[in-house]
Amino acid sequence: MEYSNDLLNALVLISNYVLIPAISYGSQLALGAVGVTLVFGILRFANFAHGEMMSFGCMATIFITWWFQSMGISNGVFPTALLALPFAILITALLAVAIDRSIFSFYRIHKSRPVTFVVASVGVMFMLNGLVRILIGTDEIIFRDGQKFLIKAGVFKKMTGLSEGLALKQTQVLTFVLAVIAVLALFWFLQRTRTGKAMRAFSDNEDLALLSGINPERVVLVTWIIAASLATLAGVLYGLDKSFKPMVYFHLLLPIFAAAIVGGIGHPLGAILGGYIVAFSEITATYAFKKFIKYLAPGDFVPDGLAQLLTTEYKFAVSFFILVLVLLVRPTGILRGRVL
Amino acid sequence: MAMMIAIVGFGQSWNVALAIVNLCLISAVMSMGLNMQWGFAGLFNAGVMASTAIGGLTALLISYAPVSKAWSVGGTSLFAALISLLLTIVAGVLVWKKTAKGKKRSWRMTAVVLTGYLFMRFFYEQGTAAIEAVNPAKTGFLGGMGLPIILSWFAGGLAAAGLAWLIGRISLGLRSDYFAIATLGISEIMISILKNEDWLSRGVKNVTGLKRPVPYEVDLQQAEWFIKLVHWIYGTAEDGESLSASVMHEAMQLSAGVFVKLCYSALFLAVVLIILGLATRALNSPWGRMMRAIRFATQLAMGKNTPDRQVFIIGSAVIGISGAMLTTLDGQFTPGSYIPLRYTFLIWVMVIIGGSGNNLGAIIGAFITWFVWIEAEPSALWLVSHINVFLDESNPLRQHLQEVAPQMRMVLMGLILVLVLRFRPKGILPEEAPDHY
Repeated sequence: MEYSNDLLNALVLISNYVLIPAISYGSQLALGAVGVTLVFGILRFANFAHGEMMSFGCMATIFITWWFQSMGISNGVFPTALLALPFAILITALLAVAIDRSIFSFYRIHKSRPVTFVVASVGVMFMLNGLVRILIGTDEIIFRDGQKFLIKAGVFKKMTGLSEGLALKQTQVLTFVLAVIAVLALFWFLQRTRTGKAMRAFSDNEDLALLSGINPERVVLVTWIIAASLATLAGVLYGLDKSFKPMVYFHLLLPIFAAAIVGGIGHPLGAILGGYIVAFSEITATYAFKKFIKYLAPGDFVPDGLAQLLTTEYKFAVSFFILVLVLLVRPTGILRGRVL
Repeated sequence: MAMMIAIVGFGQSWNVALAIVNLCLISAVMSMGLNMQWGFAGLFNAGVMASTAIGGLTALLISYAPVSKAWSVGGTSLFAALISLLLTIVAGVLVWKKTAKGKKRSWRMTAVVLTGYLFMRFFYEQGTAAIEAVNPAKTGFLGGMGLPIILSWFAGGLAAAGLAWLIGRISLGLRSDYFAIATLGISEIMISILKNEDWLSRGVKNVTGLKRPVPYEVDLQQAEWFIKLVHWIYGTAEDGESLSASVMHEAMQLSAGVFVKLCYSALFLAVVLIILGLATRALNSPWGRMMRAIRFATQLAMGKNTPDRQVFIIGSAVIGISGAMLTTLDGQFTPGSYIPLRYTFLIWVMVIIGGSGNNLGAIIGAFITWFVWIEAEPSALWLVSHINVFLDESNPLRQHLQEVAPQMRMVLMGLILVLVLRFRPKGILPEEAPDHY
């Protein structure tokens, strides 16, 4: 009895600090990585401005949320931001298309090297970053409302009689559910609709796609709209789960790239897989397993240190380490994406 | 350009103008380094910051006085950790070579790495804890070598070259986008190491008060020759009776600040000229001609590959020198201040604007970009103050505008980059094509 209780405690502990956070963080990364991978598959460059697009989408959501709140509209137990999300997606998609028309389309017509696109995307990154800071300022903003927890740690302890509590935030569940819905919708779109099939064909072989009468500008347009929508969703979910800070999204860029490359770039399913791999390894490698071992080990054995592989500050290092490993061992990524 | 600086000098103050000039000169070194990598070899290095930071770290390690107490309490443990690391590597290589490929090798490798890690971790934690406990409010780190800081300009270049060799081993040979992402990642890791390894760099607690290669303002104001100089400049007699004491005092302070900055300017200008000279020579040597030929006439240069690794290492070394110069100028090492927008992508803007592949272009790009970067803030504030005439004192929009005006420079930088890339892709000074190819 005593030992089985310990086992349950260990399980709850690991769910609370590793499983649940990793699943919600992984979903956010996955949504971002799918956007990066789509842009890479169709337009064939690594979009450095993707993090800023997430930030812009989240900012638009915050403004609309504030507007709704000032009019007295709320969403009951759910965050008001969910109501604002469709409008923000619209705005961000319009922005993405405008950026493509004014900046990237020129290099497409001139068939510039991919590096030129990347440099241009750095310029876009600067502009969006400045724009977001000018519009909303540089402070941290918490825009979550509605019910915060689905399960509170204290209640859980009382209910089960275990000594470890399990807290489940509503945003964590929302993140996962919305990510699943978005991904299913995306796959349905890519597999079943004419435009989706055209996109896959274009990504697979541009020349053949052009020969069979696919309109490239339309494919590019749809790609940007999807990428912007996913970026907004990812940005808002991350912002709801933690908080909105304009500088954070730049730092998300690296794990997102890592996720896209690890899964196989140009491969949406791979990007999702990569998102979870990166999130799980980041959180596992920086989690202190001391208590966990204490519960599982027989007798009164307690490990000497924290039993932590790396200190929390080295999160980036983990995602980057996976990235390098994959690039060296299997450059096409786990699901055999493309190497250009 | 000189005129713009002069306008700042008369309009704001000569101290501000010279501060801008000094940073322009440092930026020029940075952009020349990046220009070698991008302009000459076409490498998209998004990890410029790593070289800058290691240059800065070298400046700290060379100039700070050694903390002997920290060495005596933690030195042995750290040394033991280092030995364990080396032994692990040697053992790993041996196992890798002696055992045939297969399960056996994997198991042995895992065992070696795991044991090595545990040993290393043990010594390392013991050592760092001891070091960081030594007078944590003032030191708490190993300190440096106590040598003149100017030596670090060479050492910083060497250290950056070493780091670049390592980065190159990992990431050269990747396709350009991947190379950019990989170098960006390495630079971020580099910064997180500097922020968190307190025993090495004091981390986010910063190290201030690094020794200067030039005199201090306070000393200058006491020095007799300097006082005479100021009097002479202001055109008064030696006892200075025609000017009131307070005016003289102010003039004294201003001249001391200007003089110190001029000393720095002279040093930095020397570095810029030396590197410019060497880079130009290198470009006109057979090696440089080969490199240009490869890019201008790929078919004719058949059988030759761009010496990517050499160029990457040399460029990074130059950036490392600039990093050491920057820390020297600041007189402090603050790992928290290294952010990629400022230390990587801004340098990119400089190179693209100036003209990829042209050394003079890189210098001009650096001057223009830095000038805009600094002066965008006062200009935006000035603009906002004019808009605000129409707004009420308590209007929240007015306060918001006042607050965010400095961010205007981000937008401006991005806009300049995109416009130059579109309408003048070769930059202000385009690269000169070789005469005959």
